[in-house]
Amino acid sequence: MNKPETIKADGTEADLLMIAGRSFHSRLFLGTAGYPNRQMMLDAVAASGTEMATASIRRISLAGEDESMVDLLAGRVHFLPNTAGCQTAKDAVLTAELAREALDTNWVKVEVIGDRELLYPNVEELLIATEELVNNGFVVLPYCNDDPVTCQKLADVGAAAVMPLGSLIGSGLGIANPHLIELICQRSPVPVVLDAGIGTASDAALAMELGCSAVLLNTAVSKANDPVRMAAAFKHAVAAGRLARLSGRIPKRQNAEPSSPQFGLVGS
Amino acid sequence: MTVMTTIRINGVSEDLTATTVTDLLTQRGVALDGKGLAVALNGHIVRRQSWTETPLRAGDDIEIVTVRQGG
Repeated sequence: MNKPETIKADGTEADLLMIAGRSFHSRLFLGTAGYPNRQMMLDAVAASGTEMATASIRRISLAGEDESMVDLLAGRVHFLPNTAGCQTAKDAVLTAELAREALDTNWVKVEVIGDRELLYPNVEELLIATEELVNNGFVVLPYCNDDPVTCQKLADVGAAAVMPLGSLIGSGLGIANPHLIELICQRSPVPVVLDAGIGTASDAALAMELGCSAVLLNTAVSKANDPVRMAAAFKHAVAAGRLARLSGRIPKRQNAEPSSPQFGLVGS
Repeated sequence: MTVMTTIRINGVSEDLTATTVTDLLTQRGVALDGKGLAVALNGHIVRRQSWTETPLRAGDDIEIVTVRQGG
């Protein structure tokens, strides 16, 4: 369980997120796909304040390559390569190994999908891939379903964090089952990163209020009308949600509880 | 004398005259010092420093990948 640094009343004290011995000031991780152009992607990354961005590993094109993602982002963010699109543990493991070689990082977001339309995790293959990659020295952040049992199993085989979906990738539907996410956060021995389905800033704030240690999103920024502005919105939302979480919210009540004094009312 | 080999490159079977990984990359116009590149031969990573000494044989399956945008 991530323990925050001491927080001052004005909220400016650092509240570092630790994953696998690496510290992060920003609890927002950002995807690099689907932006209108590369410059906007770079500007969004900057506006978001993120310190870690995802990337994919794909076969080189015969037509030749554009400016390298590595050239664009190296030095600005820590890379988190993904195994997006893989449908078997075997493919995910090879992709992760290629990513390690290509980017000189042992960090990997493991995605193993069981349905190409829903992009929903294949839990069985995901567990196999996670365990094998952990044993091969990777820092594994698995994208998984919002299932407390799956999350526990992933932590048991050595995942450095767990990344349950809020809703389907790219759907913008937000957090479909907030109670499950809250339960996962309460029980997880590793940081919980809400990954997939975030649609707008309030979704990210909610994730943090439910106890998530961080959020990972892509489409909510890259496909917004104004991606750079939305990236800034998410920066604030993640910070606000985290602050709210640390501040200890009021309980939900069935009845009204007046805030103004009960006595001395004019006319009484 | 050119030796013809049939190998699978990024999922496509081809006859090629390349004899090593370096040879193949050069044929394809891939910058050997390019960043974000990785190669796997028959499911095993071939590190950059080994590209020149790694021979290609008939029936080999090679993956040449790069880093792209992703979520």
